Amino acid sequence: MMTRAKSWLYTTIRHFLSIHKISDVSSRYIILRRNITLIMLFVTIVPLTVMGAINHFQYRESLKNEVIEPLRVLLNKTRHSFHLFLEERLSMIRFISSAYTFEQLSDPATLNRLYRVLKNEFAGFVDIGLINGKGLQVGYAGPYSLENKDYSQQAWFQEVLIRDSFISEVFMGYRKFPHIAIAVQRVEHDGTYWMLRATIDTNKFDEIISTMEIDAKSDAFIVNREGIFQTHSRYYGDVLEKSPFDILQGAYETTIDETIDPLGREVIVAYASFDKPSFSLVVVKPRDIILRTWITLQGEMFFIFFASVFVIIVIVIKLSDVMVMNIKEAEERRENAIHELEQNQKLSAIGRLAAGVAHEINNPLAIINEKAGLMKDLVTYSPDFEKKQRFLDLLTSIINSVGRCKTITHRLLGFARHKEPRLEPLDINHLVQEVVGFVNKEMVYRNIDLRTEFAEDLPRVLADQGQVQQVFLNILSNALAAVHDNGRVSITSWEEDKLSVGVSIQDNGSGMTEKTIQRIFDPFFTTKKAGGTGLGLFITYGIVKKLGGDIKVHSRENEGSTFTIYLPKVNGETDKEKAE
Amino acid sequence: MKSISVMLVDDEKEFVDTLAERLELRGIGVRVANDGETALPMIDDDPPDLVFLDMMMPGIGGLETLKRIKERHPAVQVILLTGRGSDQDGMDGMNMGAADYIMKPIEIDQLMEKLEKFNK
Repeated sequence: MMTRAKSWLYTTIRHFLSIHKISDVSSRYIILRRNITLIMLFVTIVPLTVMGAINHFQYRESLKNEVIEPLRVLLNKTRHSFHLFLEERLSMIRFISSAYTFEQLSDPATLNRLYRVLKNEFAGFVDIGLINGKGLQVGYAGPYSLENKDYSQQAWFQEVLIRDSFISEVFMGYRKFPHIAIAVQRVEHDGTYWMLRATIDTNKFDEIISTMEIDAKSDAFIVNREGIFQTHSRYYGDVLEKSPFDILQGAYETTIDETIDPLGREVIVAYASFDKPSFSLVVVKPRDIILRTWITLQGEMFFIFFASVFVIIVIVIKLSDVMVMNIKEAEERRENAIHELEQNQKLSAIGRLAAGVAHEINNPLAIINEKAGLMKDLVTYSPDFEKKQRFLDLLTSIINSVGRCKTITHRLLGFARHKEPRLEPLDINHLVQEVVGFVNKEMVYRNIDLRTEFAEDLPRVLADQGQVQQVFLNILSNALAAVHDNGRVSITSWEEDKLSVGVSIQDNGSGMTEKTIQRIFDPFFTTKKAGGTGLGLFITYGIVKKLGGDIKVHSRENEGSTFTIYLPKVNGETDKEKAE
Repeated sequence: MKSISVMLVDDEKEFVDTLAERLELRGIGVRVANDGETALPMIDDDPPDLVFLDMMMPGIGGLETLKRIKERHPAVQVILLTGRGSDQDGMDGMNMGAADYIMKPIEIDQLMEKLEKFNK
């Protein structure tokens, strides 16, 4: 099952990331860019997120400890204060019960004096009473008249009998305000016993709690074993009401709980217990107060995180764009270079082939030439040869034809050799007329109307004569191929600007489609039915560009074509300027 | 015109024999060889005034033959015949001691012109 899921995941990812054979090149780059972007985003954002998460939880943990520790200290300190407060009062009552006899304390004057001293020296004492073994209060000093009150049936009385001393929980008792009672038992030598009991009001408790300086949203209070409030709580109830929190009694160590209070707040409840009496001091703090710093920091962290992610995304996208663009350009350059190389190789192969053919043809040509020459010689040197003139004409024609073939083979051989062009000042008008001479016969035969309009005093151009002849011969031959019999070809020359001379060759032939125009300078592109080499205009274009000129084509199907050639002037000056 | 002895060296027999005949018609004594190896002993036996030497021949070839002729008989003038339609080949030959070069197919008038030039 696991393996299958793994292999599915692998296949999916591979499918997603793989570059399939897509005919559309641009979509290949889109996929490439998408993959680069995703990978870069993955390797940047994932570590950032992990780091952020670790930081988040780690910091939260350490901050919590940092906040809770002072709370623990505060609880301990306050518990100690309570302990001290109660112990002090208990000790005082115990001291009095030891220092004075029952009889002495039975004297109201003594008891009253002691009561006054206690009230003055020790805060919180409300009254003091002397209780005999039967539970009857025999002496009393305080604001109420509680003499002869019988405590024998009360629980605390029984407890004092067993434990010698007692601190009560908070109760309202007769006095209708919260207080606690402390009592000690004294056993005489004769086995009789008596008790000294004092009540202490719990205002002092509230004072101690207020020294904790708890903030307004938090609460601190004391509960007893049953969870009954022993002090007033700011939010959760009054004295002797039931506390809503589960406090585990007897936990001397500070305990920290997290819960939700009746007001619906998330709170941290910290408490520490103490025995005698079995109370717990409780502090309740809303969590947001404790973790306020953390929440603020968390907000900042989130802001930084999302800002970083945003910046990363923007940079990654831009970077991917640039990278893919560079890759695309490099690939295009490489393809062009390969294409160019292929063309060069083809061209050089064709060149070698042409040279080979030309050379091979040259030898038989030479033989024909010599044979015809010899025949001519023989005819010439024999005085009584019949039809002498006719033979001489025929032989001359053969020799002339050989001469034409020679021109062709030599041109082919020259082309294959890549001769460096020899630049010289050329009279373009004259040169074009020469080229026209090459094709004059064809034009006459096909009754083609040739119109020439040569600018007078045309500045000379700087070019290689053979190459320029080749250029014009190519274009003129194409024009003748394009026009129908009785068609028209116009050749015009003019001074284009300070730097160049223009020559246009216009025909009213078949013209070309937009698609054809785009390809005419490509090598091996031909529209000739007889099968042209497809090299004429390619070579023409190369020559013109190499000479520093330019060539432009304008054509419309069935209307004709115009080829315009621009060639650089000699030093960009006119002859007139030169003469001056 | 002073009598001049000419030697034609070319592997293309049809060409060279016909050319020889044409020159003879013009009153020039011609000997023919079809490669360098044959030509060299003939030149040693009786050095001609002028040698028309094809550049592309089987065996030792035109340029090597030229070199050997010029080594042994500096006075013998050599005109190269080149079939490759390139001035560069002719220039190479002239650098090695050839007096001139003519591109094949040759024009008899051009050849005669050069012949007369050397006969002066």
